[in-house]
Amino acid sequence: MDSTTNGTRTMTYIEAITDGLATEMRRDPDVLVMGEDIGGDFGGAFKATKGLEAEFGPRRVMNTPMTELAFIGAATGMGLMGLRPVIEVQFADFISTGFDSIVQYAATTHYRWQAAVPWVIRAPADGGIRSGPFHSQNPEAWFVHTPGLKVVAPATPADAKGLLLAAIRDNNPVIYFESKPLYRSLRGEVPEGDRAAPIGRARIAREGHHVTVITYGEMVRQALLAADGLAPEIAVEVIDLRTLKPLDRDTVTASVRKTGRAVVVHAANRLAGVGAEIAADLGQTSFEYLDAPIHRVGGLDVPVPFSPPLEDAYRPGAGDIMAAIRETVAY
Amino acid sequence: MTPLPDDLNVDLHYWMRLTRTMDDQLVNLWKQGRGVGTTFNQRGHEAISVGAGMSLAPDDVVAPMHRDLGCYLVRGMTPRRLMANQLGRATGVTRGRDGNLHGCGDLSLNLIGFISHLPQTMPVALGAAMSFSYRSEPRVALTFVGDGSSCAGVFHESLNLAAVQRAPFVVVIENNQYAYSTPLHQQMAIDDLAVRASGHGVESRTVDGNDVEEVYRTVEAAVAKARDGGGPTLIEARTMRMLGHAIHDGAEYVPQALLDEWKARDPLVLHEERLTSRGLVDHEYLARVAEKCREIVADAVEFAESSEWPDPGTVSDGVYAA
Repeated sequence: MDSTTNGTRTMTYIEAITDGLATEMRRDPDVLVMGEDIGGDFGGAFKATKGLEAEFGPRRVMNTPMTELAFIGAATGMGLMGLRPVIEVQFADFISTGFDSIVQYAATTHYRWQAAVPWVIRAPADGGIRSGPFHSQNPEAWFVHTPGLKVVAPATPADAKGLLLAAIRDNNPVIYFESKPLYRSLRGEVPEGDRAAPIGRARIAREGHHVTVITYGEMVRQALLAADGLAPEIAVEVIDLRTLKPLDRDTVTASVRKTGRAVVVHAANRLAGVGAEIAADLGQTSFEYLDAPIHRVGGLDVPVPFSPPLEDAYRPGAGDIMAAIRETVAY
Repeated sequence: MTPLPDDLNVDLHYWMRLTRTMDDQLVNLWKQGRGVGTTFNQRGHEAISVGAGMSLAPDDVVAPMHRDLGCYLVRGMTPRRLMANQLGRATGVTRGRDGNLHGCGDLSLNLIGFISHLPQTMPVALGAAMSFSYRSEPRVALTFVGDGSSCAGVFHESLNLAAVQRAPFVVVIENNQYAYSTPLHQQMAIDDLAVRASGHGVESRTVDGNDVEEVYRTVEAAVAKARDGGGPTLIEARTMRMLGHAIHDGAEYVPQALLDEWKARDPLVLHEERLTSRGLVDHEYLARVAEKCREIVADAVEFAESSEWPDPGTVSDGVYAA
């Protein structure tokens, strides 16, 4: 972490996550972290929890056996008793091993018997780092499709911390998709101390008037690169959704009604992805404002392949986004 | 085994009789076409759900399942609320969001609701136990699972995690011989379900699930051990599901001889015989209790059937906590 200026510090994305965890653990004795390999000096597969056990002890930094159904279910029980567990699933890909505990139990509890389940699952997601089919996935659509969950996906170090604080304080189960390709490659200013970012509110990451790109996670960076590449001929507005559930439909709709063109982007496979909902919603609410068909950019409907040429063919990037924007603007 | 105190034995009988009466009335309602959706039969499980439920202290947390009407009752969930839940009314525990005994959780009664994916409530109850350790509270969490549940991955994951955490946790397997229509020998290659504990480093006990005194004693000892920091216990309570899986199920797949064998050991009748043979109560007392229970259940039915249906305008309310 770098120097302090005006109540902010420059941090990497993953440093912001660690800072967020430590901030909440200092503030609230009911906050604990749990997951596989997160304790001790080891501090997790990605070191997001490194240093936490030294400060907070093993009671609050709990190594778990390889039992996702059990420890996510246990987090629900802890939440019912008023604790606020933050679970690390080592890779977002592994979250499927705890699926029943998430989508069947935790997600339905408040609706059925009005008991709050305040936990957060940190899910290290996304690829582009040559990690193959089981360490590269973006499974957010499963959870956006599940009533009772909230889903956030920060794209900046500031939001990595701010949305984590908000997720921990929320009284519902929140899936927090963190972007592995951003961990150490993206630095930014992060507010010091106790500054939560609101769940459910998107952010205009770049203003423009020709076309709106709607995206989240690492694709925000790719969209900003695409916008740089097309400026000044095409003025691209980039919306960073930040929260995928509940979606900030108002911000998206207002922007698209202003620009008249929309490109929806995510790294997850395009078929029935979150972008499909956004595109369908815009088609219904803003048809009269559109000057071109809504374009979607996403991963292919194949398992995430390992070898670099294959993964690059699978995964969208700034070049694909530029092509989609050009096509939309030229329509 | 030393007898339980007389007052306690009389109380255990009352709750078993109330459970039986309410269960019988549920069967009647459904046969008369007054039910909504389905309801799950309780007959044969009364000694387990009541005995285990009664052995807990008020601060302890329990997560019952669909054969544990008796446990909900002894924890203070009223017949009115339970009956209204069975009939999908706004006055039911889940305000019409979930049916029969599903979702009948109420943290003010230290009751955790279950879901159909058994034993998916087991890790949740374990988490409650882990929270007691976290806060150094002298409390225990208990849950019930079935013989079928004991085959599921989450059962073993939870037992393993409970052992590692040395959690104040008690699991009662209600071995009622059948998982829906599948008999034990098609579910597992063991006869003794309690052995499932040893592979996880958990202590176990096996009890006659039709003997409420034995169930109470055994669970009480496991709860006391957990409260004293002795870690989790798995208890196999053996019984027989005397009716179908749910009200629609005639259970023709169950051999009559097996039912006859267990019918001779009806848990409620066994306990009534014990009370009278010890001279604690007479037949007149038993008749009075039965009548009182019929009145309570009749009142619950009257309450539920005259309760409002949930307002469809509220269908989206309560998905999220504020």
